[in-house]
Amino acid sequence: MGKRTIIPFGPQHPVLPEPVHLDLVIEDETVIEAIPSIGFIHRGLEKLVEKKEYTEMVYVIERICGICSFGHGWGYCAAVEGAMDVEVPKRAEYLRTIWHELSRLHSHLLWLGLLADAFGFESLFMHCWRVRETILDILEKTTGGRVIFSVCKVGGVRKDIDNETLKEIVDTLKGMKKDIKALTDVFLEDKSSKNRLCGVGVLSKEDAIDLGAVGPVARGSGVVQDMRLAKGHGVYDELDFEPVIEEGGDCYARCKVRIGEVFQSIELIEKAVSKIPEGPISVEVKGNVEGEFVTRLEQPRGEAYYYAKGAGTKFLERMRVRTPTNQNIPALVKTLQGCDLADVPMLVLTIDPCISCTER
Amino acid sequence: MSYVTKSPWVIHYDGSSCNGCDIEVLACLTPMYDVERFGIINTGNPKHADVFLVTGSVNEQNKGVVKQIYEQMPEPKVVVAVGICANNGGIFRECYNIMGGVDTVIPVDVYVPGCAARPEAIIDGVVKGLGVLEEKRKALASGQLTAPAAPEESEQAEEQEAASEENGTEKVEEKEEA
Repeated sequence: MGKRTIIPFGPQHPVLPEPVHLDLVIEDETVIEAIPSIGFIHRGLEKLVEKKEYTEMVYVIERICGICSFGHGWGYCAAVEGAMDVEVPKRAEYLRTIWHELSRLHSHLLWLGLLADAFGFESLFMHCWRVRETILDILEKTTGGRVIFSVCKVGGVRKDIDNETLKEIVDTLKGMKKDIKALTDVFLEDKSSKNRLCGVGVLSKEDAIDLGAVGPVARGSGVVQDMRLAKGHGVYDELDFEPVIEEGGDCYARCKVRIGEVFQSIELIEKAVSKIPEGPISVEVKGNVEGEFVTRLEQPRGEAYYYAKGAGTKFLERMRVRTPTNQNIPALVKTLQGCDLADVPMLVLTIDPCISCTER
Repeated sequence: MSYVTKSPWVIHYDGSSCNGCDIEVLACLTPMYDVERFGIINTGNPKHADVFLVTGSVNEQNKGVVKQIYEQMPEPKVVVAVGICANNGGIFRECYNIMGGVDTVIPVDVYVPGCAARPEAIIDGVVKGLGVLEEKRKALASGQLTAPAAPEESEQAEEQEAASEENGTEKVEEKEEA
């Protein structure tokens, strides 16, 4: 038995865009245990519901995370709408679905880039982010913002996308498929990528269920779980799709799930555009929130859970978000046990950690 | 732009930002904006860095990290606060765990506004920062600037006191540190 050493990892670390700290207990080059500590970017924004009106709070909730900001805005609005019994127009729900899938596309492309960077393939990182800019251009054109959109509001959406632009979006995405395929082939076929990804950080199906993993981490371990299939989440029930499931449970499987979802998102947007009805994009919302409501939605990183409770005033009484990374940290700690020290940055990235979501 | 004859390296740290500015900082480095053509590289090592890009505001947990990174950077150095949260707390300034902008902990040379700050704005901020860097280099060479310019203690104490009015626990912690 070698000597045990503790190596601190983070909070400031080149592969991490965000601060998280891990104490890695290692024996020679093998990690025995990983002890996470968080709280570097805790802001306490759930408490702000007491100071901001429930309609203003959307802007704060969107800024839980700059990568999945649209989903957070949507989740909050859906929770408030549920508590107030507001029926959102169909066109607004379709637009929300389209923006949400565009967010997923940009999030997954961003992640693929960071993964490539983590295993030392810098040019692949650059190419993923080059392709991602096209998605950001679409988002900027339709919402006005690159990462924070502020288009979701209680009762619908703030901006409409005209049918001509919708068609353009579909054409752009169709054109991108070839570009994206060329990149994802490198992840899935290239010998050096496979060498880093295959068989590393295996999370068994049982562990994934026991540890409460969500999103692509769970789906990469063969757990059939996708909140988009749940009732009442956008218009996904009208779009007819199957979740992407892989059985391997290793980094390769998690990567493959996300790559599958990139193409799936493009298909979902195509379907949504072909089915989008005409009509209003928002309804007027009057009165205050009374009662409580819980809603869930599928963020790029997995299931997110939103709770809103009001007592008839313009301020909510309580607002709660449970984010996917929070759920995936136990799975990460498990996969880190027994891995090589050199694989730690990559393993941390394969759960697609979003620390600002986790700590809020 | 004639002073961009050197290759300034940046280090990036996320204070308590929402990630929006952080991905925009990374977007600056990637092919669309490509600041590498000016010789700017993102480094993970504070001792290699000339420009410190901070996003998000500071809190009790991360102020030590921000200070440490700043102190480890060699002179001359420039701090660029990216995004409104790093400037003054932004939308989160009323949150209980937000102390305010980055300038409450370390001196800031350039403020980049925006929520999230656009890549163009970040690049503009860094270019402005390079001007400051050059001035500091000259000042160092001529002996006018010797020690790292930290914010004055009295100023910092005042701010801390103002913060502790809202939250009684902070004062106690400050005493412990002293």
